[in-house]
Amino acid sequence: MKLLVVEDDREAAAFLVKGLKESGHAVDHAADGREGLMLATTERFDAIVLDRMLPGMDGLAIVAALRASDNATPVLILSALDQVDDRVRGLKAGGDDYLTKPYAFSELMARLESLLRRGAGGKTLTTLKVGELEIDLLARTVRRGSHEIELLPREFRLLEYLARNAGHVVTRTMLLEQVWDYHFDPQTNVIDVHISRLRQKIDKGYAKPMLHTVRGAGYCLKAA
Amino acid sequence: MLSMLALIYWQTVIYTTRQTDETIDAEITGLAEQYRQRGLAGLVAVINERSKPERGSSMLYLLTDQRQNPLAGNLSRWPDLEVEKDGWMRFQLEPAGKRSEGPHIAQATSFVLAGGVQLLVGRDLSENTAFRNRIVAALASSGALMLVLGLIGGIVLSRRALARIETINSTSDRIMAGEFDRRVPLKGSGDEFDRLAQNLNAMLDQIERLMAGMRQVTDNIAHDLRSPLGRLRSRIEVALIEPPSPDASTAERYREVLQQTIGEADHLLATFTALLDIAEAEAGSPRGRMLPLDLAAFARDLADLYEPVAEEKGLTLTIATDPTQVDIRGDRHMLSRAVANLVENAVKYTPTGGTIAVTVAIEGGMARLSVADNGPGIPAEERERVFDRFYRLEASRTTEGNGLGLSLARAVVRLHGGTITLGDNGPGLVAVVSLPLAPDAG
Repeated sequence: MKLLVVEDDREAAAFLVKGLKESGHAVDHAADGREGLMLATTERFDAIVLDRMLPGMDGLAIVAALRASDNATPVLILSALDQVDDRVRGLKAGGDDYLTKPYAFSELMARLESLLRRGAGGKTLTTLKVGELEIDLLARTVRRGSHEIELLPREFRLLEYLARNAGHVVTRTMLLEQVWDYHFDPQTNVIDVHISRLRQKIDKGYAKPMLHTVRGAGYCLKAA
Repeated sequence: MLSMLALIYWQTVIYTTRQTDETIDAEITGLAEQYRQRGLAGLVAVINERSKPERGSSMLYLLTDQRQNPLAGNLSRWPDLEVEKDGWMRFQLEPAGKRSEGPHIAQATSFVLAGGVQLLVGRDLSENTAFRNRIVAALASSGALMLVLGLIGGIVLSRRALARIETINSTSDRIMAGEFDRRVPLKGSGDEFDRLAQNLNAMLDQIERLMAGMRQVTDNIAHDLRSPLGRLRSRIEVALIEPPSPDASTAERYREVLQQTIGEADHLLATFTALLDIAEAEAGSPRGRMLPLDLAAFARDLADLYEPVAEEKGLTLTIATDPTQVDIRGDRHMLSRAVANLVENAVKYTPTGGTIAVTVAIEGGMARLSVADNGPGIPAEERERVFDRFYRLEASRTTEGNGLGLSLARAVVRLHGGTITLGDNGPGLVAVVSLPLAPDAG
């Protein structure tokens, strides 16, 4: 995948470019807003990682300019501003996700890959299939093989989100934001407990589990 | 004051003029009576009698025959008369005898009697003028006196005002010089100066509280952020002291230290975020983020999030909302951090087998959310202190946490115009959050 990193802090940019390249992506880097906008409009990228505060131009202005010219490249906004209304403003301007600095690289990777998949998929689905797991989004039913699984509404949404990102890591923060719409760091392992309940329902009695814990990062649902 | 003096003068003029008119009218009536009873001779006698200079009267008389030769009176000749609008005649009176102060104005009226005899009765107005002059003089002197007294009074009053302003000035000087506990003294009179002083003192109290808050944050940074940073640094330092060996054990050791370092850094970042959030909430700028929010649904969502983790610890978490919809205005994000903290505390400190009850109700015109547990509770004398930043109970020092949760909860609730209190659940702790209902909710 071809990525564009727009970040003026040299050290942060070097770290980001190195990490993304090691994950197997081709990365271009722009050190200010003007250059970033020029690159973003003249070349095709699969996703853009955009710092919010740039010399010469507000990051949000770049997103707005891209969207105004019908450029739908997924944009992940990085910002030191972490108030909810800053986040809302970022998403309203056309950003696809918003990550607060400082961030863990694993968090950024997970979110970026989620964006890349969203960009690739595009079409609205009525069923999600992961291995032998089948999720009917209209009837809101789940079956693994021939066996029907009863889920509570919250568990269904949790599984749906994992299935949409099947094969990739999703972090606890992503789950808390996307499934529960909370933006804080819980002091207790709330998400882990929800996951283990879900795991009880979809993996119990099967030789090969589908819902995996990725140490130090999050969770991953994949075909058994 | 000038207009009052003018009014007095004008009233005087009207009064004296009317008096003159009345005097002349009375004189005419008297003379007419004499003339009717005693004829022309009687009239001459009376006029002569009345116009003797030694009587000192200011009345003027002149009786003449038809050729205007004087028969009696104290005027030497018939004056040039002009009838004025008010029916009176006015003329210049030549200075005669002792009245030598210059020309006087006289006012008169005249009649023609039988046989062409003419009678003029008038009055020298110089007395009136003199009276008016005396009034003017009196008014002028009293005006001057009032002016002087007013000036003196003004000076005294303004000196007193200035003295009190000077008190305020000197107090502020001393405060600026570093005596922050100084306050402007009150006179207890409740006047504007006292109210000004009260407001200034209230302002100073507020500033002192804010400064204390700032000092506390500085102290917090010194104690609670420096020590973990120091720990982090020495952990890395110790790892580097040992010389690296060619086998894999060194890499493994470094890895482990780096993992721990990330953990410490994350903890520090979380503490920073919490401190900034508290500062943000305490600065009290809701910035229009207050949106309609159903506190009951909000509590049910949070209970839903925490119910599994409570169950895993062997606790029962219950949720009861009555009524099922409680409308407030709030920032869902901030409130969720605050209330999640209360629930997390209950989960952390309630021993296995315990119960956590989350309830939402309307009480006394306020929305009320409470989190009650039957854990160890908090001693009454500590219930206020646990809201202080970084304050942790002895018993909880070993559990995870940064001692900022309740400070943040209180700051958030206050930002929403509400209160948060801790009470005895007998046994256990009950945290009660009271928030104003949405203005348009019944």
